Amino acid sequence: MGDFFSALADIFTSPTMYGSAVRLGGFIAFAALGELVAEKAGTINISVEGSLLAGAFTGTIGYDLTKSISFGLAAGIVGGLMVALIQANLSHRLTADQFIVGLTANVLVLGLAGFLSGNLDLVARRADVLEIPVLSDIPLIGPALFGQTWPTYLLYPLVPLTWWLLYKTRWGLEVRAVGENPQASDLSGIDVNKRRRQAIYYGGILAGLGGAFLVLGQIGSFDIGAVGGRGFIAIAAVYFGGWTLFGTMLGALVFGLADAFRLALPVLGYRLNAQLLAAMPYVLTLAVMYLITKPFRQPAALSRPFIRGLR
Amino acid sequence: MSEIEAPAEPPVAGRSIAGRWLPALEMTFIYLLSIGGALLISAVLVSITGNSWQTVFGALLDGALLGPGRWGETLAVAAPMLLVALGMVIGVKAGLFNIGQEGQLLMGAMAMAFVGTKLDGPGGLLLIGGLALGMVAGGGYAALAAVMRFRRGVPEVISTLLLVFIAFQVVGFAVTTDWVLRDLDPGRPSRASTSAPLPDDVRLPIVHIFGNEFPVGIIIALILAGIVAFMLNRTLWGFRIRVLGHNPKVAHKIGVGASRMGTRALFLSGGLAGLAGAVMLSGGGSAYRLSPGFSTNIGWQGLLVALLAQSRPLVAIPMALLFASLRTGAGFLAATGVERKIVDVVQGLLVLALLVPPAVQLIRERRRAVASVGEES
Repeated sequence: MGDFFSALADIFTSPTMYGSAVRLGGFIAFAALGELVAEKAGTINISVEGSLLAGAFTGTIGYDLTKSISFGLAAGIVGGLMVALIQANLSHRLTADQFIVGLTANVLVLGLAGFLSGNLDLVARRADVLEIPVLSDIPLIGPALFGQTWPTYLLYPLVPLTWWLLYKTRWGLEVRAVGENPQASDLSGIDVNKRRRQAIYYGGILAGLGGAFLVLGQIGSFDIGAVGGRGFIAIAAVYFGGWTLFGTMLGALVFGLADAFRLALPVLGYRLNAQLLAAMPYVLTLAVMYLITKPFRQPAALSRPFIRGLR
Repeated sequence: MSEIEAPAEPPVAGRSIAGRWLPALEMTFIYLLSIGGALLISAVLVSITGNSWQTVFGALLDGALLGPGRWGETLAVAAPMLLVALGMVIGVKAGLFNIGQEGQLLMGAMAMAFVGTKLDGPGGLLLIGGLALGMVAGGGYAALAAVMRFRRGVPEVISTLLLVFIAFQVVGFAVTTDWVLRDLDPGRPSRASTSAPLPDDVRLPIVHIFGNEFPVGIIIALILAGIVAFMLNRTLWGFRIRVLGHNPKVAHKIGVGASRMGTRALFLSGGLAGLAGAVMLSGGGSAYRLSPGFSTNIGWQGLLVALLAQSRPLVAIPMALLFASLRTGAGFLAATGVERKIVDVVQGLLVLALLVPPAVQLIRERRRAVASVGEES
């Protein structure tokens, strides 16, 4: 037992672990921020997984064409947005079921990216590490938060930006209104489905950026399995956070820590069953959702389509 | 009784022959347009990668139907897909979106592997027991999501999905751990992380016909498709399920408990996926051995089959055959030099294309309804 605690102490004082927690969690955070906005507007946008993969793929193409990381990130945004366009217009302009659309979009992106990447010879690289002076000298968390590749830092302004959009603008008020009571919003002159589409676009943009960040800010090459279901973890992070911005970011960080913990164990020489460790983030997510969903109130119209005249 | 007058016929606008046929014609046109569009995009994708779509189509056809012994193969693949799709249909009819079939299928296959390799008994009994336990395992796994849904309001879409990732790890754990399911035979393939193969007498019988062979799984699946269609459309139980899916408030008022009925529907939904896994394993999937990658996306594709069939159990039969054909046909694509993932693209595009027409129809109906209300006032 003493061994166990010293192991825990070892891991939680290892700077590499916090570094990888921020990297893994940051990736989830990009997607989760956008997903939060989409869910506030009343859509469980499961095509966030597809947006992430599309962003990773188009981001790689963008980098491959121009050899510029910034252009790659911009191309990633376009990729993520394209998936969001499919999702939003099929589910909130036409009236197809949002889950069916999302699921199909995910399958389609997986197939397309797999098919095209098998035919293209894509090269990518990891962006340079940018150490922010002074801040990166803080022990333990300094290097983790401020000693990362530069695309990581894009996340930091996005958090207050999303907060401002959601809580300080008329647009954000309307987005939250259509997620709570679409009928009343409709009566007061808000185009419900338009706001929902826009919220999904925002989610697609952020997820696309997140996907490009995964390739150009973390891994350095495109791999079809790189996203591997972590878009769904982003959705879980929103649930974890009880549909609050702070909670969502905390959720992303917790899942990042869980993932990092798993990766740190073997590096530090501890042996634990690999499968059980790999299942841990998912078990944790389910446990948290089971325990947390009730105390917080979800947007009242979450996952309910709005068609005027039909309840 | 004679005092009560029959209510006047509601005014119905536009019941001329043209008024009746034109919308149907229009819908057919929209369907053809959507499917044509999906196929066109696929063809364009093939040609921009420097291949001709004719050779791809020919290879797919050979691989799925025309090559020697190929349609037997296609039927073998179609069986678990159809079973998964039937499960999905039951869930959707009850208003529950179970998308964790891949995991439930793995759980069913694991139960089958356990019964087949760890228990002793007469082969036939073990086979039936394995299929039954596979169903229970898949159903139980889906029921976890039902508990989360009805106790705590966790949407089953998310929970069933997350359970898939856990199922992969559970199976990975089982087949790499000696005391669970790992093959202990010293003559096993080196470093294999698989279970022992099912013994000969715990395998599904193989049908030999016209030079093709396939396990009886497809027959089981076809019979179940008939049963599910009958249960859903012609029994009180099916009516309750459909009411629950259509309008939970009405269901509540007529005494259909969402929690009880929904849990049963999810159990059955997962159970069919679990049965699919057991059928796959005992029908010769990955050489009768359970391995971590055993499910090979059958669960996901079965789900797409159900979507493509728009939740009609009998329509799921041709759709399952279509998807199975695409899958077995893909095996012949390597010879043409085309990446086999093109099949995934075609499948995704087809499903997406078929989402459009019903949605367009709904919008038109709403417009017409709104317009007729406008006329009356």
